[in-house]
Amino acid sequence: MDSLIVQALNGLASASSLFLVAAGLTVIFGVSRIVNFAHGSLYMLGAYLGWTLTAHGPLAQLGGFFGFWGGVLLAAAATGLIGAAIEFLLLRRIYRAPELFQLLATFAVVLIVQDLTLLIWGPQDLLGPRAPLLRGATQIFGLRFPRYELFLICVGPVMLALLWLLFHRTRFGILVRAATQDREMVAALGVDQRKLFTSVFALGSALAGLAGALQLPREAVNLHMDMAVIVEAFVIVVIGGLGSLGGAFLAALLIGELHAFGILIFPRITLVLAFLVMAAVLILRPHGLMGRKPSGLPPASIASPPLPGTPKWLAQAGLVALVLLLVLPPFLGDYTLSVMADMAMMVLFAASLHLIMGPGGMASFGHAAYFGAGAYGAALLAKHLMAPMEVGLIFAPFAAGIVGLVFGWFCVRLSGVYSAMLTLAFAQIAWSTAFQWVEFTGGDNGILGVWPSEWARGKLVFWYLSLALCGLGVVLLRRVLFAPFGMALRAQRDSPLRAEAIGIDTVRVRWVAFAIAAAAAGMAGALFAYGKGSVFPSFLGIPRSVDALVMVLLGGVQTVLGPLFGAVAYTGLQEQLSRVSDLWRLVLGFAILALVLFFPGGLAGALRAREERA
Amino acid sequence: MLRVEGLHAHYGQAHILHGISLEVAQGEIVCLLGRNGAGKSTTMKSIMGLVPPSAGCVEFDGRDLAGRPAFEIARAGIGYVPEERRIFTELTVEENLAVGRRPAPAGMKPWTPERAYELFPVLGEMRRRPGGRMSGGEQQMLTIARTLMGNPRLLLLDEPSEGLAPVIVERMATAILALKREGLSILLSEQNLVFANAVADRACLIETGQLRHTASMAALMADEAVRARYLSV
Repeated sequence: MDSLIVQALNGLASASSLFLVAAGLTVIFGVSRIVNFAHGSLYMLGAYLGWTLTAHGPLAQLGGFFGFWGGVLLAAAATGLIGAAIEFLLLRRIYRAPELFQLLATFAVVLIVQDLTLLIWGPQDLLGPRAPLLRGATQIFGLRFPRYELFLICVGPVMLALLWLLFHRTRFGILVRAATQDREMVAALGVDQRKLFTSVFALGSALAGLAGALQLPREAVNLHMDMAVIVEAFVIVVIGGLGSLGGAFLAALLIGELHAFGILIFPRITLVLAFLVMAAVLILRPHGLMGRKPSGLPPASIASPPLPGTPKWLAQAGLVALVLLLVLPPFLGDYTLSVMADMAMMVLFAASLHLIMGPGGMASFGHAAYFGAGAYGAALLAKHLMAPMEVGLIFAPFAAGIVGLVFGWFCVRLSGVYSAMLTLAFAQIAWSTAFQWVEFTGGDNGILGVWPSEWARGKLVFWYLSLALCGLGVVLLRRVLFAPFGMALRAQRDSPLRAEAIGIDTVRVRWVAFAIAAAAAGMAGALFAYGKGSVFPSFLGIPRSVDALVMVLLGGVQTVLGPLFGAVAYTGLQEQLSRVSDLWRLVLGFAILALVLFFPGGLAGALRAREERA
Repeated sequence: MLRVEGLHAHYGQAHILHGISLEVAQGEIVCLLGRNGAGKSTTMKSIMGLVPPSAGCVEFDGRDLAGRPAFEIARAGIGYVPEERRIFTELTVEENLAVGRRPAPAGMKPWTPERAYELFPVLGEMRRRPGGRMSGGEQQMLTIARTLMGNPRLLLLDEPSEGLAPVIVERMATAILALKREGLSILLSEQNLVFANAVADRACLIETGQLRHTASMAALMADEAVRARYLSV
C-alpha cells in the first residue's frame, strides 16, 4: 500500500514535466502545423543550459536560492530564444513546403543539436545541483516523500492554469487559438503571422527548456534525453488530441502513472505500455481524448503533379548504370561490395515507404517494423527451424506483409498525423516484442548466425543476389504505381470523396498498398539480416524508421526515382561521414538543411525542375 | 480608390484569372456578377493576396499591393469577408471580433464591438457563444463584423447572401447599405441578382476569368440580352 502511494506520487511528478514538453509541442503544432521533431532536443538543451547556468550563470554567484531558480528560469528563456532562432532562420523559409519536409528539417536540427551538445558538454552524464529550499523529504500519510517531487507535482497544474489564462485572456492567446484553426484567415485580418509563429515557437521552446531544467535535481543530464522525451511527448500529444492543452495534461497524467505502475504490474512490457494505450485510444477516439475533428477548411496541401513517364535520357542513364552495376563489381573490394549491397536494400526499403507516402498520401513513422518483421521472420526460421536462406527469403515478405495487413488495418482508418503516430506506436510495439521477449527473439542480444546459404556467402555473389532481388522489388513497386491499382491509390490521395464516388474503396486500396509496402520492406529486411549474419531489435527501432523517412524525403516524394536517389545519397553520406568524422551527425544535419532549403522538391524533384526549365 | 489592372492568377497549374481589370470608386458598391467558376472568388482572393497574382497590378489609394502578403493588404485598409465565412468556431463572438481588431486610420470613427452589435443586434445577444454554435446567418453577420473591426476603407464581400434565408438576406442588404452611408467602399460578388440590384451601384460581369461587360446596375437590369448572355444558366 505504502509503495503504491509513493509510486502514484512519482507518477504525478513525471507527469508534470511530460506535460510541459507536450504543451509546447502541441501549441507549436496547432499554429504552425509543424511536427517538431526537435522539441526533444530543446528539452535536452534546457537541461544542459540549466546545468551550466545554475553553476556558472550570471545569478550563480548569488548562490543558493537565486543561483538555482534564477538559473532554471534563465535556461528556459535561453531555450525559448534558441527556438525562436530556429523558427526565424529555418522554418520560416519552408512553411510553404509540404508538411513532411518540415519534419525533415526539424530532424536535421535534432542531429545538429546532438553533436553540438556533445561538443560543448562532452559525452559523460552530468549531475545537477539540488534545489534550495526543497531538499530532503516531507512526511505524507506517514511516508517520506522528496519535497522536490511534491513541488514538481504542483508545477503541472499551475502551468496549465497559467497557459489557460494566456490563451483565453490575452490578445496573443486569442490570436494563437484563431491561427490554430485557420491561419490564412488570421492573416487576412491583418495579423502578421511571422511574428505570431516566432513567438509561439519561443513559448513552446521555453516550456520544453523549463521542463528540461527542472529535471536537474531528479536525474543526470545525458545525451539520450532528446529522443526519449520526444517520443513520450508525441504519444501524449496524440493521446490528448493535437492542439488541446487540457488533453495534453490528462494524457500526461495517464502516461506518468502508467510508467509508475507499469513497472510494478507489467514489468515485462513496460516499454510498450504507453504505445499500447495510444493505439487503443486512437482506435476508439481517432482524434485523441479531447481533440476534435479539424473543422473548417482542410489545410492547404500542395497538389501532386501526375507521375512523369520516363524520359529517354533517363532510361538510357539507367541502362548504363545497370550495366556498370553488373560489370564493375568483380573488380571491387569486399567492403565496397557490402556497402553497395546495403545500398540496394535501402533503395528497396525507401521505395516501399515511398509507395505509401507518395502515391498513397499516408505518412508512416514506423516503417522499420516491416523491415524488422522480414529480418526477424527469416532469422527466427533459421534459429528455430534451421531453415536455409532460400526459404527465409521467400517467407520474409509474407511475414512482413501479414504484419502490414494487421497494423495497416488500423492505420489506414485514421488520417494525417494521427495515422502516422499510430504507425509509430505499432513499430514500437514490434520493437519491444523483439527487445523484451528474450526467450523467443534473443532480446537485446539479437539472433546470431543468420548466414546465407553456402553458394551465396561470397560478397560478390551476395551483391548480385541483393541487386537481383531489390531490383525486382523496385520494378514491381513501380509496376504497381502505373497499374490501375496505382491510379486508384493516387486518386484516393488527391480526392478521397471523388474517388469514393466513382466506386473506389479508398480504405481498402490504402490497406492493400500498406501491405504491399510492408512485404517489400520485409524483403529488404531479410536480405539485410543475411548480409549482416544477425538481427537485432535496432532493426525495428525508431532511428531506422527515421532513416527511411529521410531517404524518401531527401529524394523527393513526388517522383518515382526519388527514393532511389535518396537512399543512395543518404546511405552513402552516412557511411562516408561516419568514417571520416566523429561529428557525422553535425555534417549530415547541415547537409539535410541545405537540401531542404535549396531543393524543396528533393533530389529527384530538383532534377526534374531543371529538365522542365530546359 | 481600388484599381485592378490585368490581373492573372493560377491555382497550381490551372490558369483561373486571365487579365481582370476593374475599378471601385470612393463610396461606391461594385458587384462582380458571373456564373459559378467564372473567377469571382479568385478575383477577391487575388486582390487580398491569398491567391498571389501571377501578373497584373492591384492599386489601392495609389499604392501597388500586388504580391504583398495578405496581412499587409489588410493593414493597408482592405477588409475581406470570405464566402465560406471561416468563423473561428472555437472562439466566442467577442473573441472572434478581438482577432479582427486593428487601430483605425486617423480621421475614421473606429469600430468597436458595441458598434458592431448596433449594426447586427443578434450578435450582441450572444457575445459568449462559440462561433461553431451559431446559425449560418449569424455566422455571416459575425464574419462581416469581424472584418469591420479592422477598420477597412474597402470591403471585399464574397457572396454574402449565399445560403441564407430570405429574411436574413434582406437584413444583410440593409446592413450593407448602412455601411455604404458611412462612406465604406464595397466590392461585392453575387449570384443573387435581386440582392445585387438592391445594394450595388455598378456591375462587372465576368466570364472565364475575364471582365466582359460593365454597366450601372440599373442599365444591367434593363438589358435582358446581356444578362442572358453572361448570367443565365
